Amino acid sequence: MSGWVEKAGGVFLLPVLIAAVGFVLIGTPSSWLTLTVAGLSMGMMVFLMASGLSLVFGLMDVLNFGHSAFVSFGAFVAASVLAAMSGWLGSESWVLNLIALVLALMAAVGFGLVAGWFFERVIVKPVYDDHLRQILITMGALIVAEQIILTTWGGTPMNVPRPRFLEGSVLIGDSSIEIYRIFAFILGALVYLGLFWLLNSTRLGLLIRAGVENREMVEAMGFRIDRLFVGVFMLGSALAALGGAMWAGYQALITPALGAEMLVVVFIVVIIGGLGSIQGTLLGALIVGLTQNYVGFLAPKLALASNMILMMIILLWRPSGLKPAVK
Amino acid sequence: MQGSLTVKIAALALWALLLFAPFLFQDVRQIEVAARICVFIALVASYDLLIGYTGIVSFAHTMFFGFGAYGAAIALKQMGPGWTPVLLGAVSGAVVAAVIAAFIGLLSLRVKAIFFAMITLAAASVALVLASQLSGFTGGEDGMTYRAPDLFKPATKLLTDADGKVLNVLGVRMNGKLAAYYFVFIASALLFWAMLRIVGSPLGTVLKAIRENEARAEGIGYRVVAYRTAVFVIAAVTASLAGTVYAVWLKYTGPETALSFDIMIDILLMVVIGGIGTMWGAVIGATALVLAQYYLRDLMEVAAGATANVPLVPELLSPERWLLWLGILFILLVYFFPAGIAGTLMGKREAE
Repeated sequence: MSGWVEKAGGVFLLPVLIAAVGFVLIGTPSSWLTLTVAGLSMGMMVFLMASGLSLVFGLMDVLNFGHSAFVSFGAFVAASVLAAMSGWLGSESWVLNLIALVLALMAAVGFGLVAGWFFERVIVKPVYDDHLRQILITMGALIVAEQIILTTWGGTPMNVPRPRFLEGSVLIGDSSIEIYRIFAFILGALVYLGLFWLLNSTRLGLLIRAGVENREMVEAMGFRIDRLFVGVFMLGSALAALGGAMWAGYQALITPALGAEMLVVVFIVVIIGGLGSIQGTLLGALIVGLTQNYVGFLAPKLALASNMILMMIILLWRPSGLKPAVK
Repeated sequence: MQGSLTVKIAALALWALLLFAPFLFQDVRQIEVAARICVFIALVASYDLLIGYTGIVSFAHTMFFGFGAYGAAIALKQMGPGWTPVLLGAVSGAVVAAVIAAFIGLLSLRVKAIFFAMITLAAASVALVLASQLSGFTGGEDGMTYRAPDLFKPATKLLTDADGKVLNVLGVRMNGKLAAYYFVFIASALLFWAMLRIVGSPLGTVLKAIRENEARAEGIGYRVVAYRTAVFVIAAVTASLAGTVYAVWLKYTGPETALSFDIMIDILLMVVIGGIGTMWGAVIGATALVLAQYYLRDLMEVAAGATANVPLVPELLSPERWLLWLGILFILLVYFFPAGIAGTLMGKREAE
């Protein structure tokens, strides 16, 4: 029995199982489809935010509580660019729409790269190998980053314009599905494939995976693992900023508290998935996304606690998460 | 011995100031500050027991504080003023705190200490959201106001003169407000004393051993997980009791005063400023930060006004940007001054 489950995908069947249970409980196929798409797209966006945190922890043994600052910054940078280009966003031509959108996402990613570099050098580097101070210092950095966002963009919620070609929804059968969600899902899937390729098919990825397995050994072979650290940190920050930018478009109204709200979800995803592996993170993100949407529909009062309960159950079952890379 | 003695004398001097606070500072706001310092000393000491003596970082300390505060608040609101609801609230808050702490501890301390910080953060945020969602029970975002036991009413006469009016001693009216302050003072001092006793006890020694070398402590035969969970429960119960005391003093409980993440940040700052793992540092850290909170903001307001013509500067100096500076201060402290005030003073001695 267990051999059969393992062959079919093992823990990776969980999202399918959850979707099936959701289908039975919800009953109406059209609402189920809407919720499933919503859950999957939310999962993909959360995956973007969480993958960096997981990789950074896996490779560097650094738990970055300030990670959600990149999410907030990404959201606000993208929102500002979109707001500045609202003319192009509203235009009839989808080419102009797309250019504006790509520019906004690029701005967020670019900011993530630069901020990630700065953060790694200034905040994290001095406290490698000291978890207590790491947690404290990255927490302090998170506070400062939130305040900088408050000073720059003000405390009032900010409207995020969406490009015209992503507005509206399509009808599949009886269920209407927002185009933006499909777009978010596809983008997340592409990023996942890209990361998967990077980690499994390139020399760089080989080094990163080797670093996660055994850092000293990679160093002893003569590789400059600290440069790898900065690179992975920057990549992770850029992905978080991208996730934040997508989330901003999804929410359409963002506040400086966005990052802190997402931090908890991101943590839960990373814990469920197991630290250090992007497969685990994707799995965790999809599970959380689906569960939150189903529970939000079936029992709105429980929605908040659902993630927490989910995490407890999974930790009781698999104390290191579903698919950890770090043993 | 010198540095350690200095710290203890300084801390005891601060306690003495707090003891005579109603006679020294007669302004309402100053008494408010003094009471807040008392409660936070107890709260920070209990947190120091956790972070300083076992080396685990919890972000759920405000949650436990909130349990005690909400326990007392709900009991006082439902049952009216009196001592029974206060006691009931304190006990139920402490029990809830103990159960949840034991659960979180057994679940996550068993796995990896690093999960602990994340899980407590998640738990705390769920508690915060629940408190504002279950508004029928907790008052939601607005919180609850209620009346404290009759003894603490400003109209209560503790001592009367010949005419039956409230007696003034050294210019201080012997009324219920004074009783309320001393209730806070004594309760906080007792909690702080309890923390000191725990640190000084054999249990404290084991904790230090675990902090210094976990594998070795395990090897000697101490069950690390059991000890850590026990300390987490003790700290949680202490925080909960401090919450009850604060709720009785404020006669108001809401997410802002009892559960918000800002309080967690305050606690972290106080522990770091005072000195992690020093216990006496809690007194110094709590006093310094609460004073700064109340009076530095005024100063920032003045500074912002004075620089109103300069671009950007008043924006950065406005009292609302207070947290920005605290955050920067926090980072700098952790970098350059990781032992805190008390730790630095005491550390010199150990190095010699």
